[in-house]
Amino acid sequence: MALDKNQIAQRIAKELEHNSYVNLGIGIPTLVANYIPKGIDIEFQSENGVLGMGPFPFEGEEDPDMINAGKQTITTLDGAVLFDSATSFAMIRGQHVQLTVLGAMEVSENGDIANWKIPGKMVKGMGGAMDLVASADNIIVAMMHTNRAGESKILKECTLPITGVNCVKKVVTNLAVLEVTEKGFKLLERAPSVSVDEIISATKADLIIDGEVPEMNI
Amino acid sequence: MINKVVDNIEKALEGVENNMTFMVGGFGLSGIPENAIAALSKMDVFGLTCISNNAGVDDFGLGLLLKRKQIKKMISSYVGENAEFERQMLSGELKVDLIPQGTLAERCRAGGAGIPAFFTPAGYGTEVAEGKEVREYKGKPHILETALNADFAFVKAWKGDTAGNLIFKGTARNFNPLMAMAGKITVAEVEELVPAGELDPNQIHTPGIFVQRILQGEKYEKRIEQKTTRKRN
Repeated sequence: MALDKNQIAQRIAKELEHNSYVNLGIGIPTLVANYIPKGIDIEFQSENGVLGMGPFPFEGEEDPDMINAGKQTITTLDGAVLFDSATSFAMIRGQHVQLTVLGAMEVSENGDIANWKIPGKMVKGMGGAMDLVASADNIIVAMMHTNRAGESKILKECTLPITGVNCVKKVVTNLAVLEVTEKGFKLLERAPSVSVDEIISATKADLIIDGEVPEMNI
Repeated sequence: MINKVVDNIEKALEGVENNMTFMVGGFGLSGIPENAIAALSKMDVFGLTCISNNAGVDDFGLGLLLKRKQIKKMISSYVGENAEFERQMLSGELKVDLIPQGTLAERCRAGGAGIPAFFTPAGYGTEVAEGKEVREYKGKPHILETALNADFAFVKAWKGDTAGNLIFKGTARNFNPLMAMAGKITVAEVEELVPAGELDPNQIHTPGIFVQRILQGEKYEKRIEQKTTRKRN
């Protein structure tokens, strides 16, 4: 069975390392915060100027001066800190944030990512994505394996304007976990009951398959 | 003490002219200078270039100036919240420079700090890098970005004193301190204006030297763009 969005987030949560600073993008990445494994301490950074982001506020306690990068109302946890946008991107560009989880429209086998523009159709802007992908040590993409038209978002080369080059380290989709290696995508895990053949036929890039491919443990 | 107080928004906007470049603080609708935007949207001032992370929504924030077609060019990082904006951009009525958010912040900071340009890795290999000088540092390619300045910077703070010192609240800080530094005339509107001496100098975020005019703001709506809550157990 292919994973749903929450299960993709749950699988990515297993990648979180103890005592690390993490930036979560909009969409599926935001859900990762719901699945932090026990014993793992994480501080979430939001690029609009907060470190130590907490859950959504209780009804009636929303504060217009306390939002995340998706403009959603949030709370802060003990030890949180607030800062301006230049300081925020100093944390990001200066590689003080260890992990970035982002959504994407396309990822290519050399680790390029496209997620900010569909020429002539959708131009919303890159927000902080270009700064994040240019600098983060570890970038994991969370996305569906195919787009609404059923076409693979995993490609040999991106067709859309790219956000960054050679930056994605891992991709977790509803079908598979892929690692970006120097030789291309390596299939690390498959979704429960999804066969390797099904993944190959849903993917428009070569996959490196090394022996038995285990099922994801969700 | 140098007194920076102006009595009303009309005085704060004295000198605003057609075809000027403005910086406008805020992230989404959080921390935007509501009083300045509302007053500008009633003035006959057109052909503006606005440097602001976002472009408001259709009926609030910079959306008010877009609706009256007062803006000829926007310099932003993300504009996805505004249908009128998207329409004007796709039809070519509005010029738009989309730039990475960290680059935008740093270009404002650099403009205020007397640094004319800097190299950043953000945007290398993308459309953003087209026509820009590339240099390798520590084995990694970087692109040259230039500083931004503005004729006016409009910022919003939580508290301010008569000397122009500012304290921000929560994530409403965002671009405000950086833009305050980069305006030829920086207009700060505050929720609470206090006499100089009342704010603890240790706690001030923006020193008054960056602020030319300060005023007590009024009628803040502080609209929430995405209200998200959780249930009490």
